[in-house]
Amino acid sequence: MTTKPTPRVRVPAKAAAGEMIEIKTLISHEMESGQRKDAQGATIPRKIINKFSASFNGKPVFSADWHPAISANPYQSFFFKATESGEFTFTWKDDDGSEYSAKNKISVG
Amino acid sequence: MVSRREFLQATSAAAAISVAAGLGPLGRAAAQQRLSQADILRFEPTGTVTILHVTDIHAQLMPLHFREPSINLGVGAAKGQPPHLVDAEFRAHFKVAAGSADAFALTSDDFVSLAKTYGKMGGMDRVATLVKAVRAERGDDKVLLLDGGDTWQGSWSSLQSKAQDMVDVMSALKTDAMVGHWEFTLGADRVKEIADSASFAFLAQNIRDTEWNEPVFAPRKVFEKGGVKVAVIGQALPRTAIANPRWMFPAWEFGIREEEIQKQVDEARAEGAAVVVLLSHDGFDVDRKLATRVKGLDVILTAHTHDAMPGLVRVGETVLVGSGSHGKFVSRLDIATSGGKVSDIRFKLMPVFSDAIAPDAEMAALIAKVRAPYAADLSREIGRTESLLYRRGNFNGSFDDLICDAMLSQRDAEIALSPGFRWGGTLLPGDAITWEAITNATAITYPNCYRNEMTGAQLKEILEDVADNIFHPDPYFQGGGDMVRIGGMGYAIDIGKPMGSRISGLTHLKSGQPIEAAKKYVVAGWASVNEGTQGPPIWDVVRNHVAATKTVTIKPNDAVKVTGA
Amino acid sequence: MPLRSNGLTRRSTITAGAMAAFASLLGARMAFADEKAVMAEIRKLYGDKALAEGRIRLDIPEIAENGLVVPVNIEVESPMTEADHVKAVHIFADGNPQPGIVSYSFTPACGKASAATRMRLAQTQNIVCVAEMSNGSLHMAKANVKVTIGGCGG
Repeated sequence: MTTKPTPRVRVPAKAAAGEMIEIKTLISHEMESGQRKDAQGATIPRKIINKFSASFNGKPVFSADWHPAISANPYQSFFFKATESGEFTFTWKDDDGSEYSAKNKISVG
Repeated sequence: MVSRREFLQATSAAAAISVAAGLGPLGRAAAQQRLSQADILRFEPTGTVTILHVTDIHAQLMPLHFREPSINLGVGAAKGQPPHLVDAEFRAHFKVAAGSADAFALTSDDFVSLAKTYGKMGGMDRVATLVKAVRAERGDDKVLLLDGGDTWQGSWSSLQSKAQDMVDVMSALKTDAMVGHWEFTLGADRVKEIADSASFAFLAQNIRDTEWNEPVFAPRKVFEKGGVKVAVIGQALPRTAIANPRWMFPAWEFGIREEEIQKQVDEARAEGAAVVVLLSHDGFDVDRKLATRVKGLDVILTAHTHDAMPGLVRVGETVLVGSGSHGKFVSRLDIATSGGKVSDIRFKLMPVFSDAIAPDAEMAALIAKVRAPYAADLSREIGRTESLLYRRGNFNGSFDDLICDAMLSQRDAEIALSPGFRWGGTLLPGDAITWEAITNATAITYPNCYRNEMTGAQLKEILEDVADNIFHPDPYFQGGGDMVRIGGMGYAIDIGKPMGSRISGLTHLKSGQPIEAAKKYVVAGWASVNEGTQGPPIWDVVRNHVAATKTVTIKPNDAVKVTGA
Repeated sequence: MPLRSNGLTRRSTITAGAMAAFASLLGARMAFADEKAVMAEIRKLYGDKALAEGRIRLDIPEIAENGLVVPVNIEVESPMTEADHVKAVHIFADGNPQPGIVSYSFTPACGKASAATRMRLAQTQNIVCVAEMSNGSLHMAKANVKVTIGGCGG
């Protein structure tokens, strides 16, 4: 519960120009839905990561708004058409205001 | 033999018709005529590729009796279609003479008297004789031996050796590739250990890790046989994580993944494969549907549902093979190609009559060696049976009745639940009930026999859920297996109704009273997929019951009323 | 019960009993969304705009292996150019406590409008997927997922 969420990302290090690559991401997180009750019957408050976003060289590529039905340790994959070398920034936003991020470089040529 | 061309003509009128191409002249053999090894092997070869298929051996190294089902209902598109034919309908469809060797091997009525004429079937030393004979006839370079899975589970020796006995035997048989289902109940680590070191390929295109969604096993392998590239794609039981304990392989997920199969087929064709085979453990009805949706499969070698059919079932351009179970049959397909495509397929379901086939000496020695540590235990007689004890049937089997009786008496329960497993040998009236016979019907890695309370509503919900798993009209929503067997309770089932309304008339048999939804009943059962299930192993429960009973008699079971078929 | 129900409460009462975890049982006092709730969500986003069939591949298992982790993979047919691309995709469930699962925003940089995640499903239900194209047109697809205790197979 208290461990700091750790993002992990799988991005190919290299791609050919015009190649479609799949990007896979995971982050360790309880994704407490706000639907559960504790032993005393009190509702356990919601605490989820509500948004994942990916940008490339500063430009937005893809984002996902996650609802409480997203599983714990949320997984998200999507595609990207490689056209130039650069850097991805991946960001996860927590209900509690925290942000977690990861960066990955790719060389295209 | 019917050539592919002939049977294309014969079947062009319908989308999926099977043809009795399998046993050929054997099918017309007169009743009571015994077969010779030469009769069983006789085959008019074609092409340069021979595929041999064995499946669902369930770790049976020795010859045994295995009675085919007398009730095997199909629903939806499968209604009244093979393999959902039994006895007279089956014989009429496949042109098998009543009382013949084939009738004994493939149907259930008159089983006891025919068993006395024709003897036991199977035995991996006999299977080895057939495999070696085909290899000698065709040449090693033309023959591919494929194993459809459920090979490593189903006996005491496989359970105790963690399948090492079967791995040794299947390696000695020079198996080229296999796929899995019950194998996974050895746990992920053991399966990986064997798959990574075995002499055969362990293929499964439809298993992914639950973290990164990456393949766990090789999806396919291309073999060069007789100058032809043959691609074999593995398809594990898609419902393994539901039908069996997921906690034994928590990092794997399964599923049908037909689009991924299509990708495998397309890639194999691009690599020059002239023959593309799906080595499947989907179950027959799932594969029949899959064949209408995935293009470019020449052959689907089916498994899981234990269907033995002496003819191919054709769906579009794909032929489906049902090779039975327990080592009773070896399927042979000869495949000719021209211009990089299949031009002719000939097929025979070779029945493994253990009295007709000379055991292969090398394999017999290996079997004796792997069984030696357990031989004394296996032969120990616990009691005897006056009744025929069998497993197969959609709703009950007399061996399951025995297991339920054992749970009711040994666990002091009102109601007993026993899973609808399709594996386990058959005992004839007068046979000894040995430790081997008991464990052939119970040897699993999650054997604990629980005892706890369930309400009538919960019991109905279990029956509805399991019934939907068997009788959902769309096979992709089915899980295979048969209805859960019930001791101490009767019910009525309308298989044509939707989920939630098939089951009615739950009755507590001892009192004759209706089961009350809110009332709690003491229930014993085994093979729970829940981790940490408590209770003695089921084989001890059955052994204690048989030992106490001495001579087992099973009354005809009429506790399940079936409609809608 | 080994189910570590992290999200949706379940009346998972059959502890060591039934042959499998009863993922399909409903929470006794919990309100669940329904088809109407899903349609209301779609109306909130897009009013009464027409929902066309086709173009969406909604890939979910026919039967969930674990109701807490059900893979959902979508792909929408589109050239993904500046002029013609998929802008957004929304996924809903009609039998969970709340209908929303996930909403995606795509850009032409994606190359293809495809994404996969994993979701919690409380019971057998329909998954509804709505895609918004760059020209404002909408497409919809629906698929059923069965959440079961399973049978004990061959």
